[in-house]
Amino acid sequence: MAQVFHPSTNTLSKVSIFGGVFFVLGALWLVDELNRSPYVTQAGVVRAQPVAFGHKHHVAGLGIDCRYCHTSVEEAAFAGIPSTKTCMTCHSQIWTEAPMLEPVREAFRSDASIAWTRVHDLPDFAYFDHSIHLAKGVGCSTCHGPVDQMPLAWREHSLNMEWCIECHREPERFVRPPSEVFNMDYEPAQPQSELGPALVRELHIKGRTNCSACHR
Amino acid sequence: MSRERSLRWCGPLLLSALCATGCRQDMHDQPKGEPMEASAFFADGRVARPLVEGVVARGELDLDPHLSTGKVGGKHVETFPFAIDAAALERGRERYGIFCAPCHDAAGLGEGMIVQRGMKRPPSLHIERLRAAPVGYYFDVISNGFGAMYDYADRIRVEDRWKIIAYVRALQLSQNATLGDAPADERARLEAQ
Ligand code: HEC
Ligand code: HEC
Ligand code: HEC
Ligand code: HEC
Ligand code: HEC
Ligand code: HEC
Repeated sequence: MAQVFHPSTNTLSKVSIFGGVFFVLGALWLVDELNRSPYVTQAGVVRAQPVAFGHKHHVAGLGIDCRYCHTSVEEAAFAGIPSTKTCMTCHSQIWTEAPMLEPVREAFRSDASIAWTRVHDLPDFAYFDHSIHLAKGVGCSTCHGPVDQMPLAWREHSLNMEWCIECHREPERFVRPPSEVFNMDYEPAQPQSELGPALVRELHIKGRTNCSACHR
Repeated sequence: MSRERSLRWCGPLLLSALCATGCRQDMHDQPKGEPMEASAFFADGRVARPLVEGVVARGELDLDPHLSTGKVGGKHVETFPFAIDAAALERGRERYGIFCAPCHDAAGLGEGMIVQRGMKRPPSLHIERLRAAPVGYYFDVISNGFGAMYDYADRIRVEDRWKIIAYVRALQLSQNATLGDAPADERARLEAQ
């Protein structure tokens, strides 16, 4: 009986087995990259909001402190989103006719909530706490980027576990004096390679990498 | 035959893969309520619940009207409910900067950034009437608002309100100091200028 397959198919089958491995690895790599891409993590993607509230206007333009609106950021896990009343402390007098602010006035009149679109949202199985980070000298801008320059808010970092761990392994690369955490234009006065380790010693900063720190 | 066997595995595999991704979302967004989340359960659509009438939060029982209302016997108090030290004054300075300076400006003259953009102009904190006002009056203004100024009761803790008032008092002293208030050695230097 004649050979069904030509001898060259030997090579072909070897190549396809070999190629298959690469194909699988490549597919895995692609999935991994996709998971880190802004498409999945939403990093850098500007969110539409019910009111076009601009940090750029209010923080950089008017010099209002973060804590005027995000009141609980120093004391609690949750930073706090300002109530409608907080907006109205100024907007009962300023831009009272602006159609842009109609949803705010409407919510104030009817005691409804403004449904802001969340920009940062960790999965519910991960625990995060603002107060400890501020007390240990991690500034808003380290995690949230140049908020004071954002016309509409976006997320600066992926918020992947990888990102948290990168800092928890080596906090000395990122920490600043706790008095500077609200400073959006912070530049270290001395090289970070000297300042960082000194702060870690002074504030007794521990690198938290045990799973139960964040998955409790 | 072998083709058939592998096909038989395909179904369950696909199903478990689907299940796994399904669970993933479940754990990402659990039925628990996060702060300020929307709720499908409560009529007002909010997870955050208002306190039931008459509830007193732990540690917030109002035992000292001097501290928590700034009034004793219906009159504004003249004294602070606790001793003001340097740390309290520093805290007051910080809080004043966050909550009052946008309108009243850093010196208390009433020319803050928001006023420059069209807010009603508040009176200077250095006018005679306000310098003579008892500290309890300031507490009242911060806690209950005054005219066009909304109250700050939900955003500034009771202790911090008193510390802000202490700082306002310090500001008033600083803006209205006379040469006689300076220590002797400083006075000589100032007179030379
Ligand atoms: C005038 C009030 C106000 C001030 C001052 C303010 N914010 Fe905000 N902030 C808001 C409001 C309202 C939102 C929700 C709408 C949005 O996401 O833009 C918000 C949202 C945010 C978010 C995104 C929250 C989310 O949805 O995940 C971050 C981060 C943030 N603010 C950081 C800051 C920082 C840092 C500062 C100080 C430099 C600051 N904010 C000052 C009102 C304020
Ligand atoms: C401390 C005072 C103050 C508070 C609090 C405040 N605003 Fe404003 N806001 C202003 C002023 C002043 C302007 C006008 C800016 C100008 O004239 O340059 C403004 C402008 C705006 C504008 C139009 C300009 C822009 O692009 O941002 C929007 C929208 C707005 N505010 C929304 C809000 C919302 C929503 C809140 C509550 C989270 C809020 N503001 C809280 C003072 C305030
Ligand atoms: C260590 C990094 C880090 C720092 C520093 C930090 N944030 Fe956040 N912030 C986060 C993360 C992560 C979330 C999402 C939390 C969640 O989904 O539970 C968040 C959420 C927020 C939110 C939305 C409300 C909330 O709490 O979920 C606001 C507002 C906010 N941050 C403001 C601030 C301000 C203002 C500062 C500086 C005073 C600050 N953050 C500093 C990481 C940080
Ligand atoms: C830029 C640096 C930085 C980033 C990014 C960061 N952290 Fe932290 N985190 C710290 C520091 C510093 C501490 C304080 C450690 C100590 O000394 O206890 C801390 C502490 C914590 C704690 C308290 C640990 C405990 O045992 O009480 C939790 C929880 C936490 N971080 C969660 C997170 C999560 C979740 C993320 C990512 C979304 C994150 N952190 C991102 C710097 C960071
Ligand atoms: C610094 C805080 C932190 C520590 C420490 C930490 N994690 Fe995470 N982990 C997170 C955050 C935040 C996420 C969510 C990332 C995201 O948005 O998908 C996460 C996600 C995960 C996921 C992925 C779940 C999913 O569905 O995507 C697993 C699995 C996990 N963590 C396991 C661990 C294990 C095991 C450890 C200990 C070796 C650990 N984590 C330590 C913060 C942390
Ligand atoms: C959003 C702007 C704004 C902020 C912030 C603000 N105020 Fe005022 N304040 C006003 C205005 C406007 C008036 C004048 C009200 C009127 O006459 O209708 C006023 C009046 C006052 C008065 C004078 C009351 C009188 O008898 O004339 C005092 C005292 C005062 N504010 C204290 C404070 C303190 C303390 C803070 C910080 C906790 C503060 N204010 C924050 C706008 C503000």
